[in-house]
Amino acid sequence: MLELKDICFSVKENGKIKQILKNINLTIEDDMFFVITGPNGSGKSTLAKIIMGINKPTSGKIIFNDKDITHLSITERAKLGISFAFQQPVKFKGITVKDMISLATNKEATVADACKFLSDVGLCARDYIDRDIDDSLSGGELKRIEIATIIARASKLTIFDEPEAGIDLWSFNSLIKTFKNLKNKYKCGFIIISHQERILDIADKIIILSNGEVSTVGKKDEVISKLSEVYSTCLKLEEAQNGTN
Amino acid sequence: MELTNNDKELLATIADLHSVPLGAYNIRKDGKLVSRSVSANINIVTKKDKPGIDVFIKDGTVNESVHIPVIVSEAGLKDLVYNDFYVGKDCDVTIVAGCGIACGTSADEGHDGIHSFHIDKNSKVKYVEKHYASGSGSGKRILNPITNIYLDKNSYMKMDTVQISGVTESVRQTDAVLDDGAKLEINEKIMTDESEYAETIFNVDLNGKDSSTHVVSRAVAKNKSHQVFKSVINGNNKCFGHTECDAIIMDEANIVAKPELTAKSVDASLIHEAAIGKIAGDQIIKLQTLGLTEQEAEEEIIKGFLR
Repeated sequence: MLELKDICFSVKENGKIKQILKNINLTIEDDMFFVITGPNGSGKSTLAKIIMGINKPTSGKIIFNDKDITHLSITERAKLGISFAFQQPVKFKGITVKDMISLATNKEATVADACKFLSDVGLCARDYIDRDIDDSLSGGELKRIEIATIIARASKLTIFDEPEAGIDLWSFNSLIKTFKNLKNKYKCGFIIISHQERILDIADKIIILSNGEVSTVGKKDEVISKLSEVYSTCLKLEEAQNGTN
Repeated sequence: MELTNNDKELLATIADLHSVPLGAYNIRKDGKLVSRSVSANINIVTKKDKPGIDVFIKDGTVNESVHIPVIVSEAGLKDLVYNDFYVGKDCDVTIVAGCGIACGTSADEGHDGIHSFHIDKNSKVKYVEKHYASGSGSGKRILNPITNIYLDKNSYMKMDTVQISGVTESVRQTDAVLDDGAKLEINEKIMTDESEYAETIFNVDLNGKDSSTHVVSRAVAKNKSHQVFKSVINGNNKCFGHTECDAIIMDEANIVAKPELTAKSVDASLIHEAAIGKIAGDQIIKLQTLGLTEQEAEEEIIKGFLR
C-alpha cells in the first residue's frame, strides 16, 4: 500500500515560487488499478515522478508498505518494488530488448523469458530480442517494449506515465487490451496517468487532479460529473486567458 | 619460446584465442616468432628485407581464417613489424590481428604494426583488430598501427577495430583506395581513460565507379583522456561515402571530431555525421528505475554503446 501524506511540490519560475502540487493526501491500495487524470498542468506526471523518486517533494511524506521512503533514491525505491514506465520511452544505442529485460529481471534473459513478457504486449520475441532500443523502432513498438520491461519486473506497484502518448490508434487499441490483460493476470498495484476515457473505463478508482490538488477520488460513475466540471472550468479559464492575451 | 599464462590471457583478449587457432596463424612475441601454421590455401612467409611477414591467400579460398596476434612484454621494447596480405580473386576469408602489451616496468613499450591488404577482384575480407594493454608498470604503452588497403574491382572489406583500454598513446592511420564496385566498411570502437591519448585518421579514396564506404566510430573518453577522430573521404567518381563519429564524453575528457569530405565528381554522394555528448540523464534515470545504481547504469550504457 502506498500512502501520500501532505505532499507539496514547488519550483522557482522567473524568480517566483510556483506551487505544482498542494497537500496531496492519497492512499493507493494493493491489487487495484488506479487512474490519475486531470487537465494539462494539473500535476499528474509530477506526482508520478515524486512516487518514483525522480522528483523530490518540497514537503510531505511517502509511505510504502509501512516504510517511509520519502528520502530514498530511485534505485532504492525500485529495489523495494516500485516500477515506472516513461511517457517517452528512453532510447539507447547498443542496448537490446534482451539486455533491457535482463536488467529488469536481474538475470540473463532467455528467448523463452523474453517471449513471456513480449507476448503480453503483442510482440513476437524472436523478431525483437536482438534489436536495439533506438530510433529504428516505432513509437508504438518502443512503448510496448517499455511496458514489457515493466511487466518483467513483477513489481508490487507499477506507475505508467501517460502510456497513450505518442502512439497510433492501432497501438492504442492494443494498449487497452494489454492493460485489461495485466489487470486480470498480475496481482499488484497499478497507477496510470491518463487522459483517455477508455483507460478510465478499466480503472477500479479514478483520482482527479486539478490545479495541483486532489479534486475527487472514486469509481468512474461517482466521479464522471466532477470530471466534466473540472475540464469545463479549465476550458473557460483557458478561453479567458486567451481573451486577455 | 613458450607462452606464459599472461600471454595466453592477452591472446584471449586481443584475438579471442583460447587455444591454438584452426587454420593459418602466426604468433609473435617480443619481436620474435613463437609459432606458425600454414594451410593448403594460405601461406605465411617471413620477410627478408625487414621485420614482418607476407601472407598469400590463393584464389578461391573461402571460409578460412588467419590469426596474427602480437604480444609485447619485454621492458623497453619498441616492436616494428610490416605485415602484407595478398588476397587472391574470389576469396571469402577472415583475418584476425591484434596487439596486447603487458607493461611491468617504468620503461615504455610499444608496437607499430604496418599492415597492407591487397585484395583482388570479387573477394571478401573480414579484418578484426583489437588493441589492449595491461600491467602495473609506469611505462607508457604505445601503439601506432598503420593500415593500407587496396580494394580491386567488386571486392569488399569489413574492418572492425577495437582499442579496449590501457593504451597510453596511439595514433592510428588507415588509408584505403577503392576501385570500381569495391566496398569498405570500418567500425571503430575506442575507449580512453586517465590521461591516455588516442588519435585515429581514416583516409578513403573512392576512385572507382560505384565504390562505397562507411566509416563509423563509437568512442568513449573518460577522466582526462584526449581523443582525436579525423575521417577524410574523397569522392573521385560516381560513389557513396558515409562517415559517422558518435562519442560519449565524461569527466574532464576532450574529444575532437573532424570529418572531411571532398567531392571531385558530380555523381559523388558523401555524408558526414558527428555527435559528441555526455550520457543522457534520462538514460541513467531509466536504468535506476530498474534497480541499478548510477554507476552501474553508466557502465551498462557504455558497455552497450561500445558493443
